[in-house]
Amino acid sequence: MIIRTLVGLALAVLAASACTTASAAQLPTHVGIRIHYSHFDQTKIDVPMGVPVTFTLINDDPIDHEWLIGDEAFHARHRAGTEAVHGDRPNEISLPPFSVRTTTLTFDKPGPLTFICHFPQHEAYGMVGVVMVKP
Amino acid sequence: MRRFLAGFAAVAAALIATTQPAAACAGLIGPNGAVNLLRTTTFAGYHNGVEHYVTSFQFAGGSGQFGSLIPLPGVPDKVEKGGAWTLQRLIRETTPIKGFDSLLIRSAIAAPQGAQVLLEVRIDALDITVLKGGGAEVGQWATEHGFRLPPAAPEVLDFYANRSPIFLAAVFDADAAKARGQRIGDGTPVHVTIPTANPWVPLRILGLGKSADDRIDADVYLLTDQRPALLPYPLGNGMRLDHSAVATTSLLDDLRSDKGMDWVPQTGWLSKIAIDASASQLTYDLAVDAKGSSPSRVAAGLQAPAGQTGSSTGGPANDQIALIGIALAALGAIFLLRKSQPVIG
Repeated sequence: MIIRTLVGLALAVLAASACTTASAAQLPTHVGIRIHYSHFDQTKIDVPMGVPVTFTLINDDPIDHEWLIGDEAFHARHRAGTEAVHGDRPNEISLPPFSVRTTTLTFDKPGPLTFICHFPQHEAYGMVGVVMVKP
Repeated sequence: MRRFLAGFAAVAAALIATTQPAAACAGLIGPNGAVNLLRTTTFAGYHNGVEHYVTSFQFAGGSGQFGSLIPLPGVPDKVEKGGAWTLQRLIRETTPIKGFDSLLIRSAIAAPQGAQVLLEVRIDALDITVLKGGGAEVGQWATEHGFRLPPAAPEVLDFYANRSPIFLAAVFDADAAKARGQRIGDGTPVHVTIPTANPWVPLRILGLGKSADDRIDADVYLLTDQRPALLPYPLGNGMRLDHSAVATTSLLDDLRSDKGMDWVPQTGWLSKIAIDASASQLTYDLAVDAKGSSPSRVAAGLQAPAGQTGSSTGGPANDQIALIGIALAALGAIFLLRKSQPVIG
């Protein structure tokens, strides 16, 4: 419970910073995303291009989720994919129940990237969000 | 105050029973998340402060395991194999020409972590575990024991755990069923006996794992000492009151002669509630006041229990409100594939 509370506070701080919109230099390099009742608590996030951005992902549910970020071709592959668990790829994070994972990505092109949970029915249930990479 | 809970069984039954043809075995919820449910039949009787739920799980062929989680209104005294003809006899009472449906279950057990295991029973190819815990605990237990819960499960489990922290997990082993010589269409009736004050029938859980437009068909038979009051009243919203009358002596005699049914009283009131709704319509449960006065809005899911904020992790909810519903029905709902069937992208 305490851990959850602390994690929640950390996420709140991260979320607050993520919500701040301004120039790329002011965009957050640490982003917290919490999953509860099979929904991401943030679905639109602006991040800077060319700078390492660390994502802290918290699965608050008793079921498995995943956080996969990429372009449409990437998601098309994963919709038909067969990997039960994702490994070392920083843009493919498996999230067991009540787990916290951190990953760092550097985006080299501006534009939108989508993050989705591709477990059966999860995308249709609303587990979709967009990271907008800004120069 | 007691009422009865019929829904549960009904629901459960529905889930399982509904599983039909081929796809069934692939699971109520297949690798792509699809749920195949047909019509289910459940019986809930309430007499002398005890709820009796009888439902059936139908073997639909195939292999592997699939299971379901069902919210219960209270801790069951017994979970045993049900009689052979109770459900069929009820169907004949209200639909004389209709054929017989059978049901059956299978299960697998699991060891609890967080959730407390209160009871484990094996009935034919069905393993049943009664759990006590909050939605998160029960969900975690299920996940750790191979259930692949649909995305709506965390919220729905909390929805029920806030009222009653008792759940029944059933795992059907299709391979074991085949080894036992069970044929497609064979059913395993299950009888759950639950002392409870206030009955209710879980209906919302029937939509678990289904898309908003998917149809849910289920029949719930209620036998009470007198005409019950229902909430919501079966009118619109996908619920229909197909039968409401004094139970005939022949019906009661027939039911009483089935295995484990000697509790059936000499007189009673028979109600049949038909569910024919889209999953998005089923946002409620069926509350029953067996004395015919005022069913609980909390039990019907129309109002949160006092002191509940909506997302709890456990803790005993209001035992008084004992949900009668055995949500077996839920089968449909929470039934999921076991993890052995991979997934994801």
